[in-house]
Amino acid sequence: MQYITLDSETDFDGWRKTARALVLHHVAPDDVTWAVRGGEADLFAPPAPSPILEVNDGTFSVSSKFIDLAKAAILHRDGERFAILYRLLFRLKDNHDLIDVATDPDVAKITAMARAVHRDEHKMHAFVRFREIGREREPHYVAWFEPEHHIVELAGPFFAKRFADMPWSILTPDLCAHWDGHALSFTPGVSKSEAPGEDRLEETWRRYYASIFNPARLKVKAMQTEMPKKYWRNLPEASIIKPLIEDAERMTGAMIANAATDPHKPQKRPEAPMKRKPATDSLETLREEAAHCRACHLYKDATQTVFGEGPKSANIMLVGEQPGDKEDLAGHPFVGPAGQMLDRALAEAGVDRKKVYVTNAVKHFKFVPRGKIRLHQKPATPEIKACRQWYEREVSAIQPDLIVAMGATAAQSVFGKITPIGKTRGRLIDLPDGRKALVTVHPSYLLRLPDPEAKVVEYQRFVADLKIAASLQRRSSRAA
Amino acid sequence: MDVQRKLAILADAAKYDASCASSGTEKRDSSDGKGMGSTAPGMGICHSYAPDGRCISLLKVLLTNACNYDCLYCVNRASSNVPRARFTIDEVVKLTLDFYRRNYIEGLFLSSGIIRSPDYTMEQVVSVARKLREEHHFRGYIHLKTIPEADDALIAEAGKYADRLSINIEMPQETSLQQFAPEKDVRAIRRTMGRLRLKLDEAEEDRSVKTKAKPQRFAPAGQSTQMIVGADSANDHTILHTSANLYGSYRLRRVYYSAFSPIPDASRALPLVQPPLLREHRLYQADWLMRFYGFAVGEIVDDSAMLPLDIDPKLAWALRHRDRFPLDVNRASREELLRVPGFGTKAVERIIATRRTTTIRLSDLARLHVPKHKALPFIVLSDHRPSPHSLDEARLIERFKPKATQLGFGF
Repeated sequence: MQYITLDSETDFDGWRKTARALVLHHVAPDDVTWAVRGGEADLFAPPAPSPILEVNDGTFSVSSKFIDLAKAAILHRDGERFAILYRLLFRLKDNHDLIDVATDPDVAKITAMARAVHRDEHKMHAFVRFREIGREREPHYVAWFEPEHHIVELAGPFFAKRFADMPWSILTPDLCAHWDGHALSFTPGVSKSEAPGEDRLEETWRRYYASIFNPARLKVKAMQTEMPKKYWRNLPEASIIKPLIEDAERMTGAMIANAATDPHKPQKRPEAPMKRKPATDSLETLREEAAHCRACHLYKDATQTVFGEGPKSANIMLVGEQPGDKEDLAGHPFVGPAGQMLDRALAEAGVDRKKVYVTNAVKHFKFVPRGKIRLHQKPATPEIKACRQWYEREVSAIQPDLIVAMGATAAQSVFGKITPIGKTRGRLIDLPDGRKALVTVHPSYLLRLPDPEAKVVEYQRFVADLKIAASLQRRSSRAA
Repeated sequence: MDVQRKLAILADAAKYDASCASSGTEKRDSSDGKGMGSTAPGMGICHSYAPDGRCISLLKVLLTNACNYDCLYCVNRASSNVPRARFTIDEVVKLTLDFYRRNYIEGLFLSSGIIRSPDYTMEQVVSVARKLREEHHFRGYIHLKTIPEADDALIAEAGKYADRLSINIEMPQETSLQQFAPEKDVRAIRRTMGRLRLKLDEAEEDRSVKTKAKPQRFAPAGQSTQMIVGADSANDHTILHTSANLYGSYRLRRVYYSAFSPIPDASRALPLVQPPLLREHRLYQADWLMRFYGFAVGEIVDDSAMLPLDIDPKLAWALRHRDRFPLDVNRASREELLRVPGFGTKAVERIIATRRTTTIRLSDLARLHVPKHKALPFIVLSDHRPSPHSLDEARLIERFKPKATQLGFGF
C-alpha cells in the first residue's frame, strides 16, 4: 500500500508527479491512499507517508483533454478526487480513447466534478460583491465570498485583469486573494467577521434591483436555479427578494384591476402629410412613391425598394433584373459583386457610368432565407408585370435614346413579353416609341460560369455588347 | 431629483426590453493598468437574477423616459401618465463605473426615449459611451440602442464604442406596428438593420484581411432585436417567419421575444392580462430549433400555426413524424440525432464521441444527461427497443404532458 500526502488541497503538480511515478511502477489504484498535509484525511493516514517513488526513465502520454479535466477536478471538495483521477489515469495509459467515452463511470464522475468547479468559479466571478473601505483618496475594495470548492486561485486572475486599476481583496474561509495594483498574492483564509459590513452604494444597487424586476413575470424557480440560496447571504440585493415576491402579485393584480387610464394630455400630433399625386414624374417623386410600393408581395420580406439611379440627362438606361442581397441592404442598384463586374465591363467598353441611368426590372429583392443567408430567387411574371409601371415611368422621366436590357427578366420588362436573350442579343432593336433597345446577359451570369475559359469569352462578348452602347454615348455627346 | 429617484424611474422604464445578454464580444481586459474592465468572448456573466427569473448582467436604463412617440404598448409613450426623468450624461457614466467597481454588473445597456430628433437622441446615447471609453478607458460591455434613421456618422460612432447595437422590430407584423406605433416605420427599422449589417460585414472583412492599418471597429457582438408577443394577433408561425427573415437578412445574433405584460398606466387599446410567459418560452425553444438544430420554420409549427403549450416544439414535431422513429442511437447521423426529443446539441456530441469506442446502452443515458422518459419511445439502444405499438399509441402524448398538479406553477 502506498500512502501519498500532497502539499495542499490544490496541489495539482504534486499529484501529477506522484501519479506519473505510480503508474510507471504499475501500482494498482486500489493500492494507493491519498491525503493532504494538514487536511481532514490525515486522521486516517498512517503517521509516516510512503517514501517518494523514484521516477525511472519510462514515460507515457495522455491527452490534453485529461489534463484540463484533472486540473479542474482536483479543485473539487470531494476527498475522493485524487483517487478517482489516479484510477482514470491508470486506465488511460492503456486506453487512450477512454477520455472520450462519456458513459464511462470514472470519466463521467471527473467530468461532473470539473463542471461543478467551473460553475463555482463562474458564480464567484458573478457574485463577489466588493465593498469600498478607506477614504476617498485611497479606496480599497474588499469582498467576502464563500466558495463551494477550492477555486480562489483559479478565479483570482479574472479579478486582477478586470479590476487592474484598484487595490482589492477577496476574503474567503479557505484562502484570500489580494491585488495591490501590480501583483496577485494569496494569504490563508479568514472568518467572515474580518470582512467589511456594508458599502455606501448598496442602497442604490437595491433600488436598481427592485426597479428592473417586472412583477408581472414572477419566476422564482428560474431565479433560484441560477442564483441558489446558498449565495444569498453575501449578496446585498438578496435582502429584498422576499418582500419583492410578496408584493409582486398584489402589484400585478392592481395593474390589471385598474382601468386603463386616459391619456395625460391631448396629443398635438402633426398632421400626416397628404399623399399628393405628383404633378410631374420627377425622379425624386417617383423614388419617394416607389418606396411605398405594395403592388406585389415582394415588399414584405425585403428591406427596401431599390430604385434606379443616375443623371436625369442620361441617354442610356441600363436595366438589370432585380436587386441582390447587398443592394437590398444598401438601397442602391448594382453595388454588389455583379455591380463591380458591370463597372469593370463598362469602363472597358468606354461607357461613362456616371452618365448612364441604372435600374432594375424588379425593384424588391426576392429571396428565401436559408439559415444565415438569403438565396436569390428569380422573379415570376406577375412580379415583373407589377413592377413594370416603375420602369415605364422611369423611361418617361429620363427619355433615354438607348435601353440596355441585361438578362431575361430585364428583356421581359423592356419588351413587355418573354424575350429569349439568345436570338436578340448584341444588336440594336427598334422599340415602338422610337427608342433603341439592346439585349445582353446579366453580369451575375458571368459570375456564375464555372469554366474560367468560358468566363473570359463570355466577358469579352458582354464588353462587345456594351461597346455598341459606348458608340452611341460618344455620338450623342458629340451632338451635344 | 436625486440620482436614486431617477434610477428608479429610468430602470423601471427599461425593464420591458428583454435583451440583456453580455456575451459574444471580443476579448478585452485592463491588465495594462490603464482604465478598468474586461470582457470574455464566450459566455457573459450574469451578476444577479431578479425574481422574474431574468438575469441582471448590465445596468439597463433609459437616458430619458420622455418620448415624442406614442407607441401604445410602451409605458413611456407620450400620452402615458408615468413620472418622467432624465439622466445627465455624467450621471450615467458615474453610476456605471460605481456599479462596475463593486462587481454588480458587466457593463451598460443604454436606451432612450426619442426626444427632439432621432439624431439628437442618438448623439446623447453615443456621448455616454464615448465618455466611458475615451475618458475613463472603460473596457466593460456596452450595448446601445440604435435610434432608427439616425445619421450614418452617429451609427458608425456608436459601433466604434459599443459591443452590441440593437434596434427593436417591436411587432411581428407590419400591420400591428402601424396600428400600435403610428410614428414608427418598419421600413426605417429594417433599413437601419440593413445598414448595421453592411457595417458589420465590412468590419469582419477588415479583420480577416491582415493589413497594417488598424481595422475599423464596429459592434463586435453584432446586433440583436426584440419583438413583443401577445399584444397583437400575430400567430407563432408569423412570429417565427419574421425571425427567420431577420436572422437571414441582417445576421442578428439574437431575436428576443418579450411576452407583453401589463404596464402601469396602460392604454385602452391593449389587453390587460397576465403575460403569456409559457408561449414566450415555447418561442425561444422554437428559435433554438431554427438556429442550432437545423429546423426550418415550416417544420416547427403545424397547420394550426401555433406552438403547442403543453409540450415542447421538438417533441411536438417528433409526435407528428412518428414514422421516422425509433432511431438507432448507435448508428443514426448527427442530423437525425438532433431531432430526437430530449437530445441537446451537447448530448449529441457526447454520443458521437462515445460510440466511436463503445456501444451505448440504456444505463448510459443518465451519464449522457439525456432525460429518459422523453427520449425512450423514440430511440433504439443495444438493450432497449420501444414496444412496436408504443409509437402508435394515441395516448403517447399523455406521457409527456405535465401532471395536472404542476400546472400553473411558476414557469
